[in-house]
Amino acid sequence: MLTVLIFLPLLAAGVLAVLRIPDRAAKVGWLAVSVVELVLLLVIWIGYRTPPPGGMALAQQVPWIPGVASSYSVGVDGLSLPLIALTVVVFAACAVFAWRDRHRPRTQAALFCFLESMCLGVFAAQDLVLFFVFFDLTIVGMYFVILGWGHGHAGRSALKFFLYTFLGSLVLLLGFIGLYVAADPHTFEMAELTRQAPLQGSGWVGGVVLAAVVIGLAIKTPTVPFHTWLPPAHTDAPAIGSAVLAGVMLKLGTYGFVRIAMPMLPEAWQAWSGVIIAVGIVSVLYGALVALAQTNVKRTIAYTSVNHMGYVILAVGAAGVLTGNATSRQVAVTGAVTQMVSHGLITAALFLLAGVLHDRRGSYELEDYGGLAKPAPRFAGFFAVAAFASLGIPAFSGFIAEFQIFTGSIGAAAVTALALPGILIVAALFLRALQQLLTGDVRGKSHGFADLRTSETVAVAPLLLLSLIIGVLPRFLLDIIEPAARVVVDLVSR
Amino acid sequence: MSETASMSAELAPLLPEILLLLGAVAALLAGSFLPRERQWVARIIAVTALVAAGVATGVGLAGSDSAVFDGTFAADVSTGVARAIVIGATLLVISMGTEELSGQTRESETYALLLLGALGAIVVAGADDLLVLVAGFLLASIPLYALVGMSRTAAGAEAAMKTYLLGALLGILLLAGVTLLSAVAGSSRYVDMADGLGGVAGGLVAVGGVLVVGGLMFKAGGVPGHFWVPDAAQGAGGTAAAFVTTVPKIGALVAVYRIVDALPDDARLRLLTAVIAALSMTLGNLAAFFQQDPRRLLGWSTVSQVGYLLVPVAAAGRSELALPSLLVYLAGYAVSNVTAFAVTTALPGHRSLADYRGLAAARPWLAASLLVSLLSLVGTPPTAVFLGKLTTFTAGWDGGLQWLVLVAVLNSVASLFYYLRWIIPTVQPVSGKATSHAHTAGPWAAGTAILGAALVLVIGIGAGLVLGAA
Repeated sequence: MLTVLIFLPLLAAGVLAVLRIPDRAAKVGWLAVSVVELVLLLVIWIGYRTPPPGGMALAQQVPWIPGVASSYSVGVDGLSLPLIALTVVVFAACAVFAWRDRHRPRTQAALFCFLESMCLGVFAAQDLVLFFVFFDLTIVGMYFVILGWGHGHAGRSALKFFLYTFLGSLVLLLGFIGLYVAADPHTFEMAELTRQAPLQGSGWVGGVVLAAVVIGLAIKTPTVPFHTWLPPAHTDAPAIGSAVLAGVMLKLGTYGFVRIAMPMLPEAWQAWSGVIIAVGIVSVLYGALVALAQTNVKRTIAYTSVNHMGYVILAVGAAGVLTGNATSRQVAVTGAVTQMVSHGLITAALFLLAGVLHDRRGSYELEDYGGLAKPAPRFAGFFAVAAFASLGIPAFSGFIAEFQIFTGSIGAAAVTALALPGILIVAALFLRALQQLLTGDVRGKSHGFADLRTSETVAVAPLLLLSLIIGVLPRFLLDIIEPAARVVVDLVSR
Repeated sequence: MSETASMSAELAPLLPEILLLLGAVAALLAGSFLPRERQWVARIIAVTALVAAGVATGVGLAGSDSAVFDGTFAADVSTGVARAIVIGATLLVISMGTEELSGQTRESETYALLLLGALGAIVVAGADDLLVLVAGFLLASIPLYALVGMSRTAAGAEAAMKTYLLGALLGILLLAGVTLLSAVAGSSRYVDMADGLGGVAGGLVAVGGVLVVGGLMFKAGGVPGHFWVPDAAQGAGGTAAAFVTTVPKIGALVAVYRIVDALPDDARLRLLTAVIAALSMTLGNLAAFFQQDPRRLLGWSTVSQVGYLLVPVAAAGRSELALPSLLVYLAGYAVSNVTAFAVTTALPGHRSLADYRGLAAARPWLAASLLVSLLSLVGTPPTAVFLGKLTTFTAGWDGGLQWLVLVAVLNSVASLFYYLRWIIPTVQPVSGKATSHAHTAGPWAAGTAILGAALVLVIGIGAGLVLGAA
């Protein structure tokens, strides 16, 4: 079942790439795959029962490279299931949004189906080699999305993105090899590595391996100071590329923290939790301040991603502070996972909406627009809702996530309160952007701005609706995340 | 009578080599009698010999290890795998050369030289004795010079000259090393080395080891014997370039592995190999960075690949994975490199990276093959070289060479840059102003590229299953 969910889009990608079917049929095919994926996801979600600690639901294992004890091993738990759901939803929104794209739609559909498979694979993988294979291929896929469908300096941004994140993935691989060699017997199996925690009591070696894993994941996340690839990549990527990059692919990094770094290297994680928290605080504040200084809508949203991912880093760092009480740390981890889902939904919506600006007028500059609420009321409404959701207003998922992150983190380590001003700055910058874009007299490129089309509305609305549902009725999500967060905190406390 | 029987029992494990030799002779003889337009018969002979040798190799791999001729030649799993890779790569090379070679004045001679070169590489790989190693070295080198010079262009002549001079020089150094080691150890067999050299001054053994390993670097195309590689890749024909940058490496690297494993620890050969590895990968990458000619770029890339291939050699005997990872990397490298060269051979007029602009739109399958082979050379999963890099890096770390693994990782990232310089024009559409190159490709060469790319993926995904068996 899980394997079908992962590889169905890949199969579709192969068909779309090879058969020279008409563009329209390719788009229909992509939509159909997205619908089937949604149905499969729903079946998996309804049938999901929290597995016992250390276990996985829907687990499946087939030997793959027995020489290094690596297998095709997949499964889901409370950490991965919400992110798998996020992936399916965001990609489905992109399929709808791309309905009117005219630039090589068949190849684009194939590439996005490929990317969807790879992202789902990362979240489902229970083997480090398998994880790495999917992780690396998401980078290759996104490189071609930016190169082939981007605008502006797409070539240069794509190259920077590829080189930078490829470096990150290889450093991550070094960390994986370190774990493999330290384990006895040698293995790449995640469950076994988690059980063994092979570098306990190994002193600086554990620190070095953790550094490799953390730097590799931090480049992907990205956190300060490894974030410099993100703004150009987002600015020049196509709208659906940005939505996937920010909505799904940034989570590959943070997911790695809770799935790999914390459970497998608990002692080193505790020792370095102070540094992790510091990086989180700096990312939050720096991301917010730089976002405030931007004049370009997409760059602004890109930097708020650095800020929002900073909260996640902060929370997982605080989870490693053993002096804090266990309940607080569990709340922090739950908040971190919720934030990944929440940020994915909201930022994907924001980037899709920003894409509408470029589609209509070829510009992301705030100063080119004004008074959009008059010619394009639906766009204005959605953009305002997405912006408010992103700044963490109650009734949306961002509030639930950030509230838990701060309650838990401050309970575990009071120093994390330093990051609180980040929320204020982000609120200020979004209000400023709303004012500039939507209110006032109609001016500049706002004249004759065509409102959201049906396909665009249908793509964005469900994302915001889901954020609202999570914000109002969070239990259906938290019931899945909380047991897994408890397990992670137990593991990292060893 | 009994002597004949024991002789034939000794020869049985060498059946693949014998078949290759017979094939080479037959191709050469046939070529002398055939009219120019019927030289394809020689191609059939060569392919038949290779396929037969491949079958014999498969049968041999299923059997048990043995050492023949008084323990001077090892017919073990390593030799078997090296045979399989050499034979497979040579078959791909002949297939992709169909358009380039057919009707040429020296078509059948080329097939004979390819078979002899393949035979030499296998002898080098299987040598368990320094004197057999020398014989294999010469057997593998002489066809190399001729193949490089075969294109008869000015660049080809220069490349052949360079190859010859460097080969002669490093061949003499190899001989000196062999003489020294044999004299000191009192035997030329590898099995006697550890005992024979046990009590001897480490310095003397080290000098001998350095000379032997250095000499083999000529065949491997690694530092310090790499100077001929980019010239040969650029100046020789596509078929010859693919062969000389792929097949000799296979023999040489297995041979270096055997020597590093056989000589006593105090010869410090592992450290030497590790340093050569770091230099090769770094130098090859730096030199490849701004090349404009795709073949020359590939030539430098093969120099850097030798660096990665030497990582498990430097961990010989220190990690269980060292030998299997070397063999799997060799297989992955051979297929990926031949595939990339097949693309350049299919498009012989494309002598600059910019000429590839618009290829993806015009010939998507060929462009996809290029993409797969280049991403494989980078080490992107799920390709063949990824499996190679994963296992060799693991072997290196396990063997205590963390620093070398780090150097290899940084080099892998750097190498992505120049492979992308080739990939980017390929996938970009032709812009209005630029005149599009006609992407007419030879069907055999293009077909070989597509087959090779499929093999790259098959090895990458499937070879792990048999990795443990090696």
